Order: sequence, then C-alpha cells, then structure tokens
Amino acid sequence: MTKVAPPIAMLAELTHRCPLSCPYCSNPVELARQDQELDTDTWVRVFREAADLGVLQLHLSGGEPASRRDLVSLVKAAREAGLYTNLITSGIGLTERRLNELDAAGLDHVQLSLQGTNPELADEIGGYNGGFKRKMQVAEWIGKIGFPLTLNAVLHRRNLHQLPRALEMAQEMGARRIEVATVQFHGWALKNRDALMPTREQAAEATHLVTEARAALKGRLVIDYVPADYHEDYPKRCMGGWGTSGLNVAPDGQVLPCHAAQSIPHLVFDRVQEKALSEIWYDGAAFNAYRGTDWMAEPCRSCERKTIDFGGCRCQAMAIIGDASATDPVCVKSPHHGALQAQANAHASQDDAELTYRVSPGKPVEMAE
Amino acid sequence: MESTDIPVLPRGVRLHFDKVREKWVLLAPERAVTLDPVGHAILSEIDGTRSFGEITQMLAQKYDASVQQITQDSAGFLDALRNRRFLDVTA
Repeated sequence: MTKVAPPIAMLAELTHRCPLSCPYCSNPVELARQDQELDTDTWVRVFREAADLGVLQLHLSGGEPASRRDLVSLVKAAREAGLYTNLITSGIGLTERRLNELDAAGLDHVQLSLQGTNPELADEIGGYNGGFKRKMQVAEWIGKIGFPLTLNAVLHRRNLHQLPRALEMAQEMGARRIEVATVQFHGWALKNRDALMPTREQAAEATHLVTEARAALKGRLVIDYVPADYHEDYPKRCMGGWGTSGLNVAPDGQVLPCHAAQSIPHLVFDRVQEKALSEIWYDGAAFNAYRGTDWMAEPCRSCERKTIDFGGCRCQAMAIIGDASATDPVCVKSPHHGALQAQANAHASQDDAELTYRVSPGKPVEMAE
Repeated sequence: MESTDIPVLPRGVRLHFDKVREKWVLLAPERAVTLDPVGHAILSEIDGTRSFGEITQMLAQKYDASVQQITQDSAGFLDALRNRRFLDVTA
C-alpha cells in the first residue's frame, strides 16, 4: 500500500442534539446521548491533535453545534490550535450576541442549512415551527458581522422545485457559495426514501439548472452540487476516498472514516479517549478497512475509474446490497445498478408517503405505524 | 486581471504555513489550496492597496524576472481564485 497522507479536514460532531428533526438527518439512527458527549477539555485536546496531524479545516457540526454551551470556547481553542473553523448550523440557537462572541473567538466561516425557501415547507421539513423566520434573522446577523457564508440547500422530491429561489436567496444573503445538496440516503434519510426520493425528471432538471446558474453566476456565487446519486451512472467519490483526506469525530469520541460509517456493522471504531488521533488515523482498523484499492473486488479491481471514485460509497453498498466491499450499486458497472434505478423510481412514485422525523437523542424511538 | 486592479483577500481567506506538509496554503471556506512559490509570492504582497501591476513589478525586481513573465505565470491562478470567490478585486 502506498504511504498514507495526513488528513486535511475533520468533522467534529459536537452533539447529536438538535432543535430540528429533519427526516433526512445524516446522524446515525442510534444517537449519542448528552451524557455521552465529549467535554470541552477533551475536544480542545482533539483539536490540537488534529492540527498536529495535518488537519487544516475543522467543521463544527452536530446535530446542532449551537446546542453546545461551550461553542464559543471551542471555536477559540480551535483557532488557537491553528485550524480554520467552519460552523455548520441551522441557525437555531444562535443569537446576535452569541454570533458576536463567535466573531471575537475567530470563527472563520458559517455554513447555514436551508430546509425550504418559504416558512410553510421549511418548517414542515425541519419539524420546527418558526424555524424559517428565525433562520432568516440569523442570516441577517451573519451578514451584518460579515462572516463568509455558504448556504446549504438540502433538496429532495418535496422541495426541488424551490431550487431557483434558493439560488436567489443565497445571493440576497450575500453568500459566496451555495451547496445544492440532493439528499443522500444514509442514517435517517434511509427511512424516508419513499417520501424524499426525487423523480428522475427532477434530478435531471436540477442538473440542468445548476449548469445554467454556474455559467450565469460565475465569479459571484460558487455552486457546489451533490446530485441525486440513485439516478446517476457513476457513484460519488465518497470522502475523496476512504481514509484519504477526512475524518469524523462523533459526539461520544468515536472516530469514523465518514459520518455514516457506523452503518457498517463489522467495523470497530477507536475513541479519542483511548488513543491518539494520529494512531487512529494511520493504524486504526476502521480507517484501513477500505483505504486505497487493495480491498476491491470486481468490477472495481480492474476498472479504470477505481482511483477516481474509489468504488463509490461503502455505506451505500452496505445499505443496498448488504456488502460494504461491493461496488456502489449506483455504478453502471454494478450488477445491481438496474435494480437500484428501478427501486429509485419506485420510491419516487410514492406520492402519499409521510415523513418519518428524526427523534431526539436519549428518548425512545417511536415505532412506525 | 488588469494591471490597475487591486486584488484583496476577502474575509475568511488567509495564508497559512502548513507545518506538517511544509508548504504554504491558502485557507478559504471549507477549502485549502496548496500554493506554488509564485502563487505564494503574489498573495503575500496583496495588502488591499497595491495594484496587480505594482505587485508584479515588485516581484519582477525581487526575483530578477520580467513583469510579463510574472503576469503570465500568475494571471490564470488569480482568475481561478476569483472564480472561486477566494479573491476579490477593487478597481
């Protein structure tokens, strides 16, 4: 195996708590409880270890990171460690005063999520009344302080028609970048494929709109696009390759190669409480499980694209065909590709499907009726 | 980029020496761009008041190269940064 490079980015999931209950939440279905969360001192140590390891970009996420009372201290410590700090938030839990404190602490950038472009739909998807109005207020404060802003529009069958308005809103907010992110079906989203799967036509229309908008808004608004991959012919280059450039620390200290990795049942994850981050990155069994290309079977092994997309998403191979080392079934070369596309169309035609909301950590999971 | 343009690094974009990889990088929202020596030299001279023309002239003297060569070597790189909103320009 070739020499393992140090990671560039770390996603710190500070908490799984969140005021919203979006049905596509990327958190695992088994959520960490508040009493399992790493304390401030441990996070600060992990940030220093990350910087020493080579991490440049720190994404402070959750759940809702603003649900952590020590968020300002954590940002300050991360900056002192030399990390670029990015806050990934719904905006709920941020006051103008707190944003000013984050500014003073050195927060570099804010990524604000968007559940919909009008209060009715946004609050329905987020499961939180008044959330949209509050978010618009937070966006105004972000603009007033001058934080660089990325708007993250999460799109699916229910709101893909709002993409043109989302692009306008990003410009009105003064965002430099928008992520047009079609829902990826992991975690809670996997329970909501009937309710959220875009139609093939919607997916094609989104690609078309993004292509046009990129040309029209060149130099003003950067558009990052995550397509509806069930309808694609090639899989996503997930995490830029497993254990290649990024790592994820869960609220309870488990270190994951990607945020959905806990869905692969045979993997065992090290914890920052027990091992140094560098040891976990270079020697951890979970990180080495799908690193590089040696683990691949056919059709990946002899494929000319194997170092382009690294066989796609391991968690998706696990979720769809029950084998995490198989080719991502999105790939046109996978024997399961046709079945997946048919499955996607079947999900997309469930017009009456209801949303299954994410629950809060530590409370019993309600059974679907 | 015109020689009278004044390039400026917007808030949230900054130079950083990566001690682990022993390279200069440009840190920007959710991105890190590895810099070559010319890129680093140019970005280091950006202070929000100097024009692109002044910067290339300074560097030409410093490195004993022609202004034309430095302009040529850096124009594409700077345009790419502008397109990614990692660099702003004031006239």
